[in-house]
Amino acid sequence: MSASTKLGLALALVVLLALVPFLAPGYPTTIATEVLIFATLAMSIDILAGFAGRTPLCHGAIFGVSTYVVLYYVTVANGNPWIGVVLGVIAATLTAMIFALLAVRTSGVYFLLLTLALGMIVWGICLRWTSVTGGENGIRGSIRPGWLSQPAQLYWFTLGATTAMTLAMWRFVRSPFGLSLAGIRESETRMRALGYDVPLHLFIGFSVSGFFAGLAGALYAFFNSFVSPSTVALGQSVEGLLMAIVGGIGTLFGGLLGAAIIIALENLVSAYTERWLMALGLLFILTMIFAPTGLLGRINTLVARRGKRK
Amino acid sequence: MDRRNFIKATGTAAIAASAPAYMTLARAQAGPIKIGVLAPLTGVVASGGKEMVEAFNFYWDTNGKKVAGREVQLTVEDDASNPDTALQKARRLVEQGNVHMLIGDLLANTGLAVAEYVKGNGTPYFIPIIAADDLTQRKRIPNVVRIAGYAASQNPRPLADWLYRKKGIRKVVTVSQDYTFGHEQCGGFVQVFTELGGKVLAQYWHPLNTQDFSPYLAQIQDAKPDIVYAMETGADGNRFIQQWANFGLKGKIPLSGSMNLTDQSIIRTLGGEAEGILSAAHFCEGADAPATKKFVADYEKAFNHLPSLYGFSMYSGGMWLAEAIKAVNGKVEDRPAFLAAVRKVVLNDSPLGRPVRLDDYGEPIYDVYIREVKKRADGKYWNVPLEVYPNVSQFWHYNPEEYMKQPPYSRTFQGIKG
Repeated sequence: MSASTKLGLALALVVLLALVPFLAPGYPTTIATEVLIFATLAMSIDILAGFAGRTPLCHGAIFGVSTYVVLYYVTVANGNPWIGVVLGVIAATLTAMIFALLAVRTSGVYFLLLTLALGMIVWGICLRWTSVTGGENGIRGSIRPGWLSQPAQLYWFTLGATTAMTLAMWRFVRSPFGLSLAGIRESETRMRALGYDVPLHLFIGFSVSGFFAGLAGALYAFFNSFVSPSTVALGQSVEGLLMAIVGGIGTLFGGLLGAAIIIALENLVSAYTERWLMALGLLFILTMIFAPTGLLGRINTLVARRGKRK
Repeated sequence: MDRRNFIKATGTAAIAASAPAYMTLARAQAGPIKIGVLAPLTGVVASGGKEMVEAFNFYWDTNGKKVAGREVQLTVEDDASNPDTALQKARRLVEQGNVHMLIGDLLANTGLAVAEYVKGNGTPYFIPIIAADDLTQRKRIPNVVRIAGYAASQNPRPLADWLYRKKGIRKVVTVSQDYTFGHEQCGGFVQVFTELGGKVLAQYWHPLNTQDFSPYLAQIQDAKPDIVYAMETGADGNRFIQQWANFGLKGKIPLSGSMNLTDQSIIRTLGGEAEGILSAAHFCEGADAPATKKFVADYEKAFNHLPSLYGFSMYSGGMWLAEAIKAVNGKVEDRPAFLAAVRKVVLNDSPLGRPVRLDDYGEPIYDVYIREVKKRADGKYWNVPLEVYPNVSQFWHYNPEEYMKQPPYSRTFQGIKG
């Protein structure tokens, strides 16, 4: 596929997404907003999991730190929502930096477990630091300014933000720096031999990934008007990672596909049974068997194969 | 176009434009009344959630799903004991299911999340189980009403009063799960207890899902209190009562607790360990009132177990809604009128056998029983009444406005005097 067709496809997708509030007003628009927010989270995870080859299980916590800070700053400290967003993203990036300092020298399953433990610490703090986080009850309060009060307005705002963030993340992973991350994924020793500072590269990659997760978390504060320890819990990290994996690790845009599929499935199947997690498990197993590179990865392979045949 | 024609034309246009609105309104009123039911059917409190749904359905099944000529349609959604899921399901019920009202949720955090959501769109939301004090106190929301429910700190107060005055208890230790529901119940208890002159020797807060209570039990034994007040829900309650007996404290130190500690949902799974525990609640399955007896017998016949607070509250909640729907002649679309009717309901035929009404803040005023767990003739354990405190409101003997000036109960503020 040439660059111009790709650009055309991306533009068509954005236009199509912008029409959602007209084509499917009401509840589907709300769901689409949620999909976009979680797509950003999944893509931020993909920067680490897909490009740097380090699978993190702490991004739910980084995402949630931002949500907590935004809601705390606006509803408890009566601050301005936009300053809240800035503070939330800074807090999330700092959290990611601390995590990165501790985790970048590990890889594989050790990286997975270490990030899992770090995420659990955040969860523990949110649960027990009752005077600030509200404990189990969390923090609630609508922080949307008037011009975002309608679901469609929030959707367009989220779409704009997500598009900008996706572009930024795409530029990042395609930049020479992003390529050096991919180099670390392929062979850490070779990169080191070439003179690259591997831990520093991973540290920056982790921080950038945390920055985008924080932006998604700030959007979630606008969307949800509520945060509790379940937002920073392990389940959130796992869900984000699953979205990235189902969509296709290392494809970036797979995050959008994965988020759409998992959230749609959750909503459709749970209307019929409480056991929707079983359907999700089944989907995950089928993906692993028939499309181990994720759905977008599979599509890419098919497109490439057809291109060759011609 | 001259002026007259212009007025005529715009008038016709206006009528034409508003006609579809009238038509949908007329059609909507002929359709069923849709009630969205949120309950945790999976997750940590799933057993309580199943009982909520069972009891709510039980009311509508036995009394007919038709009120004021309109059919009543229930849609049950699982909140998975998780506030984010609860929010998502509430959104779906309101935005996609177009329900006229929501009822349910069990855990305070799920209820608070949904309350925040309906605050924005005005959907009436009823919370027979959510006990968070501030939902009917400092942070009231006009469309959130605690029909057939209770505020956490409401019932422990008469218990503290009774223990101090009637039992000569002077020294207490509290042990509780470390979250708002526990902070509020213990707060209600120790505030009244210390204002009377009693002394709090120690307060222990442990995380939810504590497996081993022995460190706390050892400290309690050393503190030598006249009584222990325990606030435990769910599996923690089972474990606490069992370990209390295993540790040899049963019979040595009297044990009292929150109503959920000796709720049927817990003691029906235990044996004699629970016998003798004191608590206070508006519902007492062993009470003598004919209405209570009939409800308990019917419920036991239908489900083969005694009703818990969850069951009782959701059943009465159904009753409450039916009364209010009757009062507005089925016009639940008129939200202000419907909510006003809900607030005005005086429930005469509730399973409590005494009239129940709401105070000005949307919280029921109850006659509260002091209860003790005893063995029934057939070997099952249940709560029987020892005494009744009539007309207990969420504000006890305090002036509501004065009371709400004090901070909400928390781990650091328990209202202890002296």
